[in-house]
Amino acid sequence: MFTWMVRRLFQACFVVLAMTVIVFVGVHVIGNPVDILISPEADQAERARIIANLGLDQPLWRQYLYFLNDAVHGNLGRSFVFNEPALKLIGGRMPATLELAVTAVLFSICFGVPLGLYAGLKPDSFFGRTVMAGSILGFSLPSFWVGLMLIMVFAVQLGWLPSTGRGQTEVLFGIHWSFLTWDGLRHMFMPALNLSLFNISLVLRLTRAGVRETLPMDYIKFARAKGLSPARVIFVHVLKNIMIPVVTVVGLELGSTIAFAVVTESVFAWPGMGKLIIDSINVLDRPVIVAYLMMIVLLFITINLVVDILYTVLDPRVRLETKA
Amino acid sequence: MSVTLEVRNLRTHFHTRGGILKAVDDVSFSVEQGQVMGLVGESGSGKSVTGFSIIGLVDPPGRIAGGQILYRGQDLAKISEREMRSLRGNRIAMIFQDPMMTLNPVLRIDTQMIETVQAHANVSKAEARTRSRDALGMVGIPSPEERLNSYPHQFSGGMRQRVAIAIALLHNPDLLIADEPTTALDVTIQAQILAEVQKLAAEHGTALIWITHDLSVIAGLADRIAVMYAGRVVESGDAASVLDRPLHPYTHGLIGSVPSRNKRGEKLRQIPGMTPSLLSLPPGCAFRTRCARATAACGQEPPEESPETGRMVRCFHPMEAVSA
Repeated sequence: MFTWMVRRLFQACFVVLAMTVIVFVGVHVIGNPVDILISPEADQAERARIIANLGLDQPLWRQYLYFLNDAVHGNLGRSFVFNEPALKLIGGRMPATLELAVTAVLFSICFGVPLGLYAGLKPDSFFGRTVMAGSILGFSLPSFWVGLMLIMVFAVQLGWLPSTGRGQTEVLFGIHWSFLTWDGLRHMFMPALNLSLFNISLVLRLTRAGVRETLPMDYIKFARAKGLSPARVIFVHVLKNIMIPVVTVVGLELGSTIAFAVVTESVFAWPGMGKLIIDSINVLDRPVIVAYLMMIVLLFITINLVVDILYTVLDPRVRLETKA
Repeated sequence: MSVTLEVRNLRTHFHTRGGILKAVDDVSFSVEQGQVMGLVGESGSGKSVTGFSIIGLVDPPGRIAGGQILYRGQDLAKISEREMRSLRGNRIAMIFQDPMMTLNPVLRIDTQMIETVQAHANVSKAEARTRSRDALGMVGIPSPEERLNSYPHQFSGGMRQRVAIAIALLHNPDLLIADEPTTALDVTIQAQILAEVQKLAAEHGTALIWITHDLSVIAGLADRIAVMYAGRVVESGDAASVLDRPLHPYTHGLIGSVPSRNKRGEKLRQIPGMTPSLLSLPPGCAFRTRCARATAACGQEPPEESPETGRMVRCFHPMEAVSA
């Protein structure tokens, strides 16, 4: 277990390092932030001063080494645009995205697993078929369109739910959260549903496939031959077996939900990280891009780690060991 | 001796797209208390489906289309699912062919045993655990207390089958259906398991239905034998006389295909051809296409005949008393 953790950490560092190189080279190839940042009226001296100030006069490899040196000391650079530490910028926006993504993942479990169970247990029923057909829509409808439709129906036509912003927030651990107030929850419902639609379909189909695969197993028949109630057979014997793929996917999807909340955040004007990163890419604000991506990479690595550890809880046959 | 189970004219049919598949077609036999009944046949002869019909676990699209399954005079084909469930694992238990598949891989042994105890007896968890431990000890598992905390994958195949047997015997059932429980095991383990089950069944007066394709297993174990072919019992009688003097050409062929010491050097006799598809059975005797003794008369359905007391055969041209 210990060697496994050490090896995992080592791999994580390497991934982060590789990612920073790619971002540095990538941003450099796309264009020169100087052209965007400095107003055309600025004179030559002014230009040179700003460029030197941002450290953009150095060759790329030297810029990169400076960045690494700062990064080791916990400083990921200042935003070219806002002239604020990149980490602080991102950190300020993160809670909004996090609570949205977590709620979306909760939605996908709360809707996906029961619906998938039903569709798996009664594959020929009308409702089971409807659920499966519906999940195809969940997969294929573009998220921005669904978001707009939700706003049209629930905010504009029916007027039940607010369409933009986070609503009233409450402070917990010095951070503003929407999920602590009723108004905030009302604001969060539509974007979270919009964000989770794809995942609901995914979890639903996975659950159904798992149920279909597990039901004909001998151990299910044996469980029934022991005289157990159908509820016990389904919720203990079947469900525990299919939780492994579901946990994997939900875990990985939490990462991508956070990373790709961009569209939903734009549609519902949700002030999260997604909007920030899109703006930063537009103006080639490299420190923010790098910091954001580093954070996402770390997030994925952490989630993978948690998923791996969860495996051992769910499936006793999995042992976290590295064979020498 | 009282009759524990009497099966009368059982028909279990599967309604498939290709038509009605008569997996079990007019099967009758009975088992007395403490008796071992051997149900012999090739794959697809309907012997397993007969077992599942008795315990009420025929999977759709299969269902019991006719006949009676009288357990102590109560027709199991007629009682409700709830009543059936109170008998399953309690009065009537079953063990399966592949011990690698009969235990749920993600649940600990104690979980799987305690739930069985508590399904039929209103006892505390501690009491259920004690009973489970005793049952494990009874089937010859060393240090049962610690083994209760193990997962199935930590046991060998033979040990797993012992666990399955322990689970099946938790409530001292009146009837145990064993569906080829030794087929997947090594010969040495096979012998141990056979001896174990025989001993336990004798101790508790449990009637045993031993389903197998292996005549050598049945020879040392069964009191009575029923030979099945294409969903029908073609011959039955007490074990010694059926094996010594088979009447049906199919039984004769089966016995001839078993390698043995006194036939060393000789070519093994084979039954030509293969089991016919149950969807397109020829009219009359299902075995006639593979039978050397078949005549035009075999196009008719052969009736059940009883040439001597306690024997039954379905054949127009039974073998004379030749030794196999």
